[in-house]
Amino acid sequence: MKKILAVDDSASMRQMVGFTLKKAGFDVTEAKDGSEALSLAKQQGFDAVISDVNMPVMDGITLIRELRSLPNYKFTPLLMLTTESGLDKKSEGKAAGATGWIVKPFNPDQLLAVLKKVIR
Amino acid sequence: MSIDLSQFFDVFFEESFEGLDAMEAELLNLEPGTEDSETINTIFRAAHSIKGGSGTFGFVSVSDFTHVLETLLDQIRDGQRVLTAEHVNLLLKSVDCVRGLLSALQAEEEPDLSESNELKARFEAILGDESPEVVEAEQSETVSEALQSTTYQIDFKPESHLFKTGNEPLYMFSELAELGELEVNVFHDGLPEFLEFDPEDCFLHWRFFLTTTREEQAISEIFEWVEDDAEIKIEACGGLFEDESPSEQQPSASSTSSDAGNLETVQQAPAQSESATNNEQNKQAEESLAAVQKKVESVKSNKAESRKSTDSAATSIRVGIDKVDSLINMVGELVITQAMLSQIGDQDITESSIAALQEGLTQLAHNTRDLQENVMRIRMLPISFVFSRFPRLVRDTSQKLKKQVELKLVGEQTELDKTVMEKLSDPMVHLVRNSLDHGLETPEDRIANGKNPVGTVTLNAFHQGGNIVIEIMDDGKGLDTEKIRSKAIANGLINESDELSSEEINELIFMPGFSTADSVSDISGRGVGMDVVRRNIQALNGSVEVTSKQGVGSTFTIRLPLTLAILDGQLVQVATHTYIIPLISIVESLQIDITKVSKVGKGLEVLRLRDEYIPILRLYDIFSHQGAREELDKTLLVVVESDNYKIGLLVDDLLAQQQVVIKSLEANYQKVDGISGATILGDGTVSLIIDISGLIKLSGLRRPGSTELLVDLKGEEAEPA
Repeated sequence: MKKILAVDDSASMRQMVGFTLKKAGFDVTEAKDGSEALSLAKQQGFDAVISDVNMPVMDGITLIRELRSLPNYKFTPLLMLTTESGLDKKSEGKAAGATGWIVKPFNPDQLLAVLKKVIR
Repeated sequence: MSIDLSQFFDVFFEESFEGLDAMEAELLNLEPGTEDSETINTIFRAAHSIKGGSGTFGFVSVSDFTHVLETLLDQIRDGQRVLTAEHVNLLLKSVDCVRGLLSALQAEEEPDLSESNELKARFEAILGDESPEVVEAEQSETVSEALQSTTYQIDFKPESHLFKTGNEPLYMFSELAELGELEVNVFHDGLPEFLEFDPEDCFLHWRFFLTTTREEQAISEIFEWVEDDAEIKIEACGGLFEDESPSEQQPSASSTSSDAGNLETVQQAPAQSESATNNEQNKQAEESLAAVQKKVESVKSNKAESRKSTDSAATSIRVGIDKVDSLINMVGELVITQAMLSQIGDQDITESSIAALQEGLTQLAHNTRDLQENVMRIRMLPISFVFSRFPRLVRDTSQKLKKQVELKLVGEQTELDKTVMEKLSDPMVHLVRNSLDHGLETPEDRIANGKNPVGTVTLNAFHQGGNIVIEIMDDGKGLDTEKIRSKAIANGLINESDELSSEEINELIFMPGFSTADSVSDISGRGVGMDVVRRNIQALNGSVEVTSKQGVGSTFTIRLPLTLAILDGQLVQVATHTYIIPLISIVESLQIDITKVSKVGKGLEVLRLRDEYIPILRLYDIFSHQGAREELDKTLLVVVESDNYKIGLLVDDLLAQQQVVIKSLEANYQKVDGISGATILGDGTVSLIIDISGLIKLSGLRRPGSTELLVDLKGEEAEPA
């Protein structure tokens, strides 16, 4: 079972993403901010990481930059959840090493469709 | 996959309300014009989360509105705009507005958009003519209108670092294949010598021929993430694909996604795929129709379900994981003790096993006590949940009153029971408003009196014994005893001839129908104030007192039990019955010296205890029990205190002290005057818990603003002997 790390400071988004992915057959771990995600990612391997951008303690861009610099996450798909008003964040995210982005608001089907681009 | 989003609504509402609270608190912090980027960030994140969530869960009214908020905050955060006082005011109003929208949505009502539209217009005016994007909650995949199929030539030449972005070309290609008929050609001419080959880099490039009814955008979307990491060229090359080799170099590998790579299939593709698409569309339409019907049904059932759940949501609490962990730990110990005891029970009883049994029982008692304490802790929340609403309240009220006020919060981490907390909020709001309205002076008056023009209101919470004490202090003008006195005389609460100490006069403000405000203001109400406050707090087994010094300020002190579920009780015997007196209200218990008992009025006995006269209430009389000891010298007197008022309860005997779990009489039977509840004793019998202040009322002892005893049971006044 592929393991996905879902990072969002909003519990409802986290639950929604987590529930959707679990239903689609992924093994999902949730984290509430970048720093929690980073330490989880160091402890165990993940096949993909989906992270919100605006979070307390450590934001999503920093998380992606940190993760990409880890040898284990050299090729791992790292996706960010952005909003349409955060378009400039996309390039910032890409520069930090993000694989791609998912634009909020999205529904579960859209999430899975996008995820199919990088993990199957 | 159909996922019912409504299951996340509760969490969404909960966190959104929390977010709004946080926004509000931070906005109030911003007031002095100091822009701390972390504060702005916190506010932004809260707005951002609410917007994201509401968009995702289909609450368009909220996401539309929060969008403008977010845009403004984003500009402030990025330093494009300077935060002004107007912004803060507008943002605070928006917090209320969003709260209103969310509350309506949570209750499944149609939210009132007039306020949000008005605020939105003001935000848009600030943001300039920049028209806000409309948030599309559902960007349903629309099937392309164009049925005409086109063949595209797609060149994809990734840069060598492609893999390190986490993108997987193989998956992208299979997405392409899903759009239509795909021919893939791969070029390996970029491969280096073996020694220079880096397995982490990408050296291949591709050319595709895709015949699809979809538009070019669908193709470019697939490559959206790698636009900057590859050369991508997408060109339409007409309806038919001509069989020509794409470049001088022969493709080294060739395959089509659907049938095994023959080009004829590709040539037939347009016609074929057209009919295929038609079929597919019909099928899709049917499916979506079915889906819509299903959705309607599920919405219906959800409505019923979530209506149920709103009730339970209101009563749910969040519990820290550490509290749960310690519970699990304790239950574990309990299980071990139980195992130990049952092991002893299996053996024949010997002297040594009795010792072990006793030890086991002690351990059991210990475990149970620990468990009980920890279970109670679950219901405990820091009082900051109540305190947090005050900064806003003080700000708004003081603006309305044109007073300058600084609010100090002390002891916010003091914990108390959630139920107590919920009922504490309204009385506290009342007291704080009262302090602002009546207590604090206007800046001019303060300056004239040599005080700091900025008044201070302090909320202080701390634990004292089994109680929580909350003080509401102001440094205002204090209670005006003269004014209170004349008002009380005018209202007929006291006689002109009554000599009252200043404490007694202060007590008068808690009398029903008392208000000293010269004009009725909308801030502190219409004289229905303090008596209601006191009644509410007494209903929680608590008390409220005021101390005041003219010109220096007043302090209201609220005392409440930490929890309503458990109480430390003194078991007493009255005839054959066992009653429980809350330990907290017991001052002392004593044997009566009959020489110090005098009769007052018609049959009321008072005991002179040191310098006080304590009225004696015979419990057996009040509760109509036969066979109790009636001689004063053979019984015991339990002196209890309620509202600074002492009475003696005559009982046959004092039994044990123990913690009792309070069971509601209202819920199981009906309300009984003088009784606050019941509990079940160790031997299984039911015992009633005495409600001291209710008992005082029941017995006809009252004290209208005087420590002297007035017996109005029989409509006459009596002086103590």
